[in-house]
Amino acid sequence: MEYRVALAQVAPRLGDLDANRQLVADRLRSAATEGAELIVFPELALTGYLLQDLVPDVAMRADDDRLLSLSLEAPGALVAVGFVEETDAHRYTNSVVLLRDGEILGLHRKVYLPTYGLFDEGRFTRAGDRIRTVEVGEPLQRIGLSVCEDFWHPSVPMLQAQDGASLLVNVAAGPARASGSAAGLAAIGGWHRMQETYALLGTVAIAFCNRVGNEEGLTFWGGSRLLGPDGSTIAEAPLYEEALLVGVLQPDDLRMQRYNLPLLADERLELVRRELDRIIGERAGLPLPEDAE
Amino acid sequence: MTERAVLPEIDAAQTADLIVAFIRSQLEQTGFQRVVLGLSGGVDSATVAFLCARAAGAEQLLAVRMPYRTSSPESEADALRVVEALGCRTELVEITPMVEPMLGLIGPRDDVSLRLRRGNIMARQRMIVLYDRSASFGALVAGTSNKTEALLGYGTLYGDMAAAFAPIGDLYKSQLRDVALFLGVPPEIVAKPPSAELWPGQTDEDELGATYADLDRSLYALVDRRWTLARATAAGLDRDLLEWVARRVAVMEYKRQTPPVAKVSLRTPGIDHLYPRRRPGSRRES
Repeated sequence: MEYRVALAQVAPRLGDLDANRQLVADRLRSAATEGAELIVFPELALTGYLLQDLVPDVAMRADDDRLLSLSLEAPGALVAVGFVEETDAHRYTNSVVLLRDGEILGLHRKVYLPTYGLFDEGRFTRAGDRIRTVEVGEPLQRIGLSVCEDFWHPSVPMLQAQDGASLLVNVAAGPARASGSAAGLAAIGGWHRMQETYALLGTVAIAFCNRVGNEEGLTFWGGSRLLGPDGSTIAEAPLYEEALLVGVLQPDDLRMQRYNLPLLADERLELVRRELDRIIGERAGLPLPEDAE
Repeated sequence: MTERAVLPEIDAAQTADLIVAFIRSQLEQTGFQRVVLGLSGGVDSATVAFLCARAAGAEQLLAVRMPYRTSSPESEADALRVVEALGCRTELVEITPMVEPMLGLIGPRDDVSLRLRRGNIMARQRMIVLYDRSASFGALVAGTSNKTEALLGYGTLYGDMAAAFAPIGDLYKSQLRDVALFLGVPPEIVAKPPSAELWPGQTDEDELGATYADLDRSLYALVDRRWTLARATAAGLDRDLLEWVARRVAVMEYKRQTPPVAKVSLRTPGIDHLYPRRRPGSRRES
């Protein structure tokens, strides 16, 4: 059984919800025509990235009809789309929601907000505090959602793989440094090595959807990719250009890969937790447990 | 193996693509179709002209040649070669009859700084012409400052540093020459010694006291790589030059930033009233 994934590598307009809703709706119709069962959009696809004080102007609740109704453009398909969420407590987060037929199946709030170098996200949005997976039914069973910088912290994909995800969906707004330059190669090369490693060690497929276009002085590089659970590239979108990339996952690949390479099952979670508890305690200056060496 | 200080090569084709996309996006987001720039005959403005012609189309580009009486005829000839190569619009505006009366009025009081003051007045007159054409031609002013100049503060505040956007502001002089050759800027323009032409025979490298190759390697080590002076010296750079560059980058910080605002109110532009320049509603209604 094949599973078709579409990655909509688009260039949203900064701060323009209406234009971006039309853009997303248009790509959803195209992807549905191509038989996609999961359609992924980049980080903050509905709002653009460098929002600064526009955040409250474009924020919406996760159950806002402007968001839910979008998924009706691709009946039966799973739709992952990034937006600025405002919670009931008026907490503003960089979120990605998973929808199907107007219903919310899952939601992830970006846990790691880069606030260093060229990034200033923690100045304008707040961090999420859950790393979970979403039940989606056959054949994928569970999906792990994350947003861009979350993937630079290996605990996020590894927790989601342990939590039963067969596919990790990372939505991104990755700014380019001049390609060909040392910094440019480091940025894109880092992403590639990381994705391949997570897929291999997590024995999990990966869908990475990165945006394109320009905001202020930033250029987003695209290069969206679909990887199999052995780290191989199934499909890859071009750099810098808009694209609707459709790739096919073979759920059987996951089954045999996990028989050949039973890393997830062999992981000693109690041992990891004990050592984590020890490290956390030591950092906080707490007394060591009795049996500590 | 001993570490050497080198400026990494850039991929000229991909860098040009990235900057062309940036220029298109600036035009699209502001609602402009046209670009105006000052064309001196040097490599920086020639490169920006080629980039803008690629991004907007040559017929949407106005290259204004603004010589002063000390400018060389060779520069004017080079500027015309760029215009001819691109097929863009062009215009000649002599700034001597603007600069001379001004110097006569606000006069030379102390001759020590006269050269500097005249250079600044020339740069600001050119800015006035470009912003006037920005209004009459309906165009954004493209900046022609490069990263070497920006970091060293080798430019006139509100003069040549004034622009709507800065296409080559993150390229060192040595790097943008590769981009220039890739774009088709005539090789003689790329090869000739850079000059601000504030007085006859002046060259940037004489005035700055170092070659662009050494300046760029020093800046790359100190700014991009954040090397210490000791590490950069060990990697083959000149200690005196490094110290001069580091001091100059620090002294010229003010030229790269908007002026500090005394915070008094609830929300202050630039401090806690922070918006992207281009957003819904910021587009020009034509």
